[in-house]
Amino acid sequence: MAADVQDDLAPTRPAIWNDPRYRAVFYQVLVLAAVLLAGAYIVNNTLENMERRGIASGFGFLTKTAGFSIDLHLIEYKEENSYGRAFLVALINTLLVSAIGIVITTVLGFVIGVARLSNNWLIAKLAAVYIELLRNIPLLLQIFFWYFAVLRILPSPRESHNAFDAIFLNIRGLFTPKPVFEPGFSAVFIAMVVALVGVIFMVRWAHKRQEETGQQFPKFRTSFAILIGLPLVAAMLAGFPLSWEYPVLKGFNYQGGLRMIPEFVALVLALSTYTASFIAEIVRAGILAVSQGQSEAASALGLSRGHTLRLVVIPQALRVIIPPLTSQYLNLTKNSSLAAAIAYPDLVLVFAGTALMQTGQAVEIIAITMAVYLTISLVISALMNWYNTRMALVER
Amino acid sequence: MTDAAHTYQPGQHPDLPPPSNAVGILAWLYKNLLSSWLNATLTISAAYLLFLSIPPLFQWLFFDADWVGETREVCSREGACWVYIIFWFKQLMYGRYPDAELWRINSAYVLLVLAAIPLFIPGFRWKQWIGVFLFFGYPIIAFYLFVGGSFGLTHVESPLWGGLFLTLVIALVGIVTSLPIGIILALGRRSSMPIIRALCIGFIELWRGVPLITVLFMASVMFPLFMPEGVNFDKLVRALIAVTLFSSAYMAEVVRGGLQAIPKGQYEGAQALGISYWKMMALIVLPQALKLVIPGIVNTFIGLFKDTTLVLIIGLFDFLGMAQLVGTNPDWVGFRIEGYVFVGAVFWIFCFSMSRYSQHLEKKLHTGH
Amino acid sequence: MKLLSAIAAGAALTLAGFAANAGTLEDVKAKGHVQCGVSQGLPGFSNPDSAGNWTGIDVDVCRAVAAAVFGDAEKVKYTPLSAKERFTALQSGEIDVLSRNTTWTLTRDSALGLDFVGVNYYDGQGFMVRKDLGIKSAKELGGASVCVNIGTTTELNMADFFRANNLSYSPVVYEKADEVVAAYDAGRCDVYTTDRSGLAAQRLKLKDPNAHMVLPETISKEPLGPVVRHGDNKWGDVVRWSLYAMLQAEEMGLTSKNVDSIRSSTTDPAVKRLLGTEGDLGKSIGLPNDWSFNIIKHVGNYAESYNRHVGPDTPIGLARGVNALWTDGGLQYAMPLR
Repeated sequence: MAADVQDDLAPTRPAIWNDPRYRAVFYQVLVLAAVLLAGAYIVNNTLENMERRGIASGFGFLTKTAGFSIDLHLIEYKEENSYGRAFLVALINTLLVSAIGIVITTVLGFVIGVARLSNNWLIAKLAAVYIELLRNIPLLLQIFFWYFAVLRILPSPRESHNAFDAIFLNIRGLFTPKPVFEPGFSAVFIAMVVALVGVIFMVRWAHKRQEETGQQFPKFRTSFAILIGLPLVAAMLAGFPLSWEYPVLKGFNYQGGLRMIPEFVALVLALSTYTASFIAEIVRAGILAVSQGQSEAASALGLSRGHTLRLVVIPQALRVIIPPLTSQYLNLTKNSSLAAAIAYPDLVLVFAGTALMQTGQAVEIIAITMAVYLTISLVISALMNWYNTRMALVER
Repeated sequence: MTDAAHTYQPGQHPDLPPPSNAVGILAWLYKNLLSSWLNATLTISAAYLLFLSIPPLFQWLFFDADWVGETREVCSREGACWVYIIFWFKQLMYGRYPDAELWRINSAYVLLVLAAIPLFIPGFRWKQWIGVFLFFGYPIIAFYLFVGGSFGLTHVESPLWGGLFLTLVIALVGIVTSLPIGIILALGRRSSMPIIRALCIGFIELWRGVPLITVLFMASVMFPLFMPEGVNFDKLVRALIAVTLFSSAYMAEVVRGGLQAIPKGQYEGAQALGISYWKMMALIVLPQALKLVIPGIVNTFIGLFKDTTLVLIIGLFDFLGMAQLVGTNPDWVGFRIEGYVFVGAVFWIFCFSMSRYSQHLEKKLHTGH
Repeated sequence: MKLLSAIAAGAALTLAGFAANAGTLEDVKAKGHVQCGVSQGLPGFSNPDSAGNWTGIDVDVCRAVAAAVFGDAEKVKYTPLSAKERFTALQSGEIDVLSRNTTWTLTRDSALGLDFVGVNYYDGQGFMVRKDLGIKSAKELGGASVCVNIGTTTELNMADFFRANNLSYSPVVYEKADEVVAAYDAGRCDVYTTDRSGLAAQRLKLKDPNAHMVLPETISKEPLGPVVRHGDNKWGDVVRWSLYAMLQAEEMGLTSKNVDSIRSSTTDPAVKRLLGTEGDLGKSIGLPNDWSFNIIKHVGNYAESYNRHVGPDTPIGLARGVNALWTDGGLQYAMPLR
C-alpha cells in the first residue's frame, strides 16, 4: 500500500468537473444562458403580442403632437408641442418638486435632529414625537392627508385668505407677487457674479495668508459685505430695475404673479416633512458619533464654542451624515413619483399616464420612465461614491 | 442640629445630601427647561403651542366626536365622526370579501398570532421549527384559506380582497418571497464569478434605482405583454411579483451587510475543513449573518409595509385604497380626515411597535464577538 | 395523493388563467362565465351596490352576452377597471369583453388592437359648472381650471375645444373618476368635463346637485360601446348580435314580461326567427337557438335596460334623445337579424 500513499501525495490534476475554475466557467455560462433565454423569451413574447394586437411600437411617437395641456410648465409648452416636449416638461416638474423638497427637508431635518439632542426636555420630546409619528405612517397617506384633507378645505378664489393684498391662498393654490426683471437688471446680475467670484478669491487669499502668517481675516463679514453691497450699489446705479407683478382676481381665478398649485404644495409638504423625520435621525446619529473627547480637546486647545462646532464637530459629523443623507435625497426624488396619486403633473402622471394612454405604447414609455429614474439614482450614487472616497479617513 | 456636636476624623464625614436646588421637581425643571434665557423662551413657546393645539385636538378626537349611530345624520357635532369608521369597518378591514367567508381570514389571523407567540417567549426550545412553519407551512395554509376553491371552500376571487387584509397579504407575501431571493442575490453579489456578480449587481441596482410605482405600472401594463398569448396573471399576482422584485433588491443589500460583517476567519476556517460552498453558507455564514441583520430585515419589512399603500394607484383596494373609496361615497362625503386618521393610527401602531421591536433586538443581539 | 392533486389544481387555478389559444367563445363556455370589464363605479352604466352587485346599462350588455351563451344572465364576473387599465386588461385576456362607457375611435379600433362591436349609448362631451358663476356658454370658459379623468378621450377633446376657440385653461388630471368628482365638488376646478351621461350620473355624487348646471354645448361625439380583442371575430359576433338582439326586441315590442306569451302565440316569421322557434340564427354565431329569447327574458330589451338604469324615472334622468330607436327618430338601429 506504500506505493499508493506515494501516489496520493503527488500533485494530481482533478477531474475537469471537479476543477473549481472550470466549474466557475460552467456555472456562469449556465446562468448567463438561462438569463438570456428568459430575456429572449420575454422579448419574443412581447414582440409577438404587439404584432398580433397591432400595437404600435418604436420611439417615433416622441416627435408627434401631444395635443394635451399641462397645468404647470417651467418651459414653454403648448398643446401643439410634441410628446418629447411634454416629457421634458414633466421631467422638469419632477426635478422641481424634488429640488425644493430637498432644500426644505434638509433645513427641517437638521433643526429637528438638533432639537432631538437639546438639553431642553420639552423640545427634545417634541422632536422625538415628530420623528416617531411621521416616519411610521405611509407617505402616500400623508400626501393624501395634506391634499384631500387639509388643502381641500381652503376657500374658493373669491374668498381667498389674503396677506397685504399681495399673497393669496385659496383652493386653487398659493399666489405670490412675481419679480419682473427690467432691462437694467443685467447690471445687478453681473454685479452678483463679480461679487461671488470676488468672495471665492478673497477666501482663498485669506486661507493662504492664515497658513503662512497665522493671522486671521474676517472672512465671513467681508464676504457678506461684498455679496450684499456690490449688487446693491449696482442696483442703485441702475435705478432699481426690479418691479413686482401682483396676482389679481380676473375671471375665474387670480392671474399673474407666481402661482403654486395645491398639488405641488401638498407634495412638497408631505415629502419634506416625511423625509425630515429620517434626516433628523441621521443628523442625531452623526452628532452623537463625534466623541465627547473631540470637543473637550478642542476647548482644551482654547478654541471657542463656535470654532469647536465649525472646525471640529461639524466636519466629523458630516462625514457620518452625508452618505445616508444622499440616499434620503434619492428616496425623496423617487417618492416624488407619488405625485401621480394627486394630479401633480410629474413624469409619472403626464408621461407614464396621459401620454401612455394616448399612444398606447406602454413598453417604450414605462422603459423611458424607469430609465430616467435609474439615471438619476446612478448619477447621485456615483457622486456619493466620489465624495466618500474624498472624505474617507486617510489612515496613517 | 446634633451633627454640629459631632467631630469626625478627616475623610470620615458621611455624605451630605445634595443641596436642595439640585434635586426635586424644581431642580429638574430648572435644569431641563429653564437653564438659560434661550431655553426658557423655547420652553414657553413650545408649551404655548401645545396649549393651542392639544386641547382642540382632543376635543375633536374624543369629547366632541360622535361614536354611536348608523347614518351620517348622527354626525352633526363639531368633532370627529367615528360612526363613519364603524359603519365602513368591515370594508376597511376585509374589502369586499364575502361575509360568510370572513371566518377564513380571521382564523388565519388567529393561527398567525398563536404561531408567533412562542417566538417571543425567551427560552422556548423549538423556535426554529416555528420559524420554519411560519415561512413555509403557514403561507400554504393561508393561501388555501384565502383563495379557496378546494377542500370544500368556495373560491373567493382576488378583486373581492381588500382593506387591511390585502395590505397584510401583500406585505407578508413580499417579505416571505423576497428573503430567499434577497439571500441568493446577496451571495451572488459577493461571488467571485464575474458574470454572476455583474448580473446580481445589475438586478439589485435596477430595482433599487426606480420608484416602486413605476415597477407597479410595469407589472400592470407590461407583464401581460411578456407572457405568451392566453396566459394572464391575476392583477393581485402581478402586483405581488412587482413588490417581490422590488423588495428582494432591498433585502439583498441588507443581507449583504450581514455577510460583510462576518469575519474572514469564518470562511477560511470552513474552507480549511473542506466544507463545500453551499454547506459553508447554509451552516456557518448565513446563520451568523442573518442573525446580525434581523433588525435590518424588520426595518425593510416596515418600509415594505408602508409602501404597500402604493398598490391603490394601480387599482387594488388596500387599506388606504378602501379609505379613499369609501371617502368618495356620496352618502358619506366629508369624512375623509376621519378615514385618514384611522388608517394612519393603525399603520402607526404596526410600524411603531415593529421598529421598537427591531431596536430591542438590536440591543439584545449586540452581544459582541 | 388526493391532497397533493388538490393543491396542484388549486395553484394552477389561481396563479394563471391558462386560456388556451382557442377562441374566446370556447374559453368562455369552458370556464362557465363571462369576465366583464366595467368601470369602478359610474351610476347608471356600471355601479356596484354595497353588497357588490353590479347594475347599469353597460353591465346589461355583459349580462345579455351571458344570457346568450349560457341562458343565464348571472354568469358574469366583473373586473372594475380604471380608464387607464381598461385596454391592457382586454389585450391581455384578463377580461373577455370591455363594457365600460368606452368611446369608439379610430386609434383605439386600430393601434390599440381592439375591436368595437357596437354602440350601446350615443353620447357627447359636456361641461358642468356651478350655477353661481353665472356662465351661460362654454365659450366663456377662458382661463378656467378643468377637472378631467386621465386617459380618456375627454382629455383630448377638451384640449381641442379650448385650442380651437383660442381659450386658455388649466387641466387638473386625476387617475380615478371619483377623485375628479370630489375635486370639482371641493372647488379645485371651475369646470368638470366628461360625457354628458357621465355628468348626469356623477352629479348624484355632488354635495348639492342642484347648485350645478350642464352647459348647452356638446363638444364631441362619444359613441360608447362594448369592446373585444382584435382578431377574434367569432366572439365579436356574439357580443355584437347580443346588443342588436336587445335593440331588435325593442323594435318588435318584445319585453321580458311578454316574451314568453309572444313566443308561444306569434305567427310573425321575423319574431319567430329572433326567438329561435324558426331558422338557425343562433347556430350561425355558435350559440343555442334560443339565445336572443334568453337575452330578452333575463335582461330585457334595450328600452327596459335604458329606463331601468338611466331613463327619466331614475335619479340620473336622461331622456332617450339620440338613443331612441331609428323608428322614433333616434340613432339606435339594429342590423337585420336574419
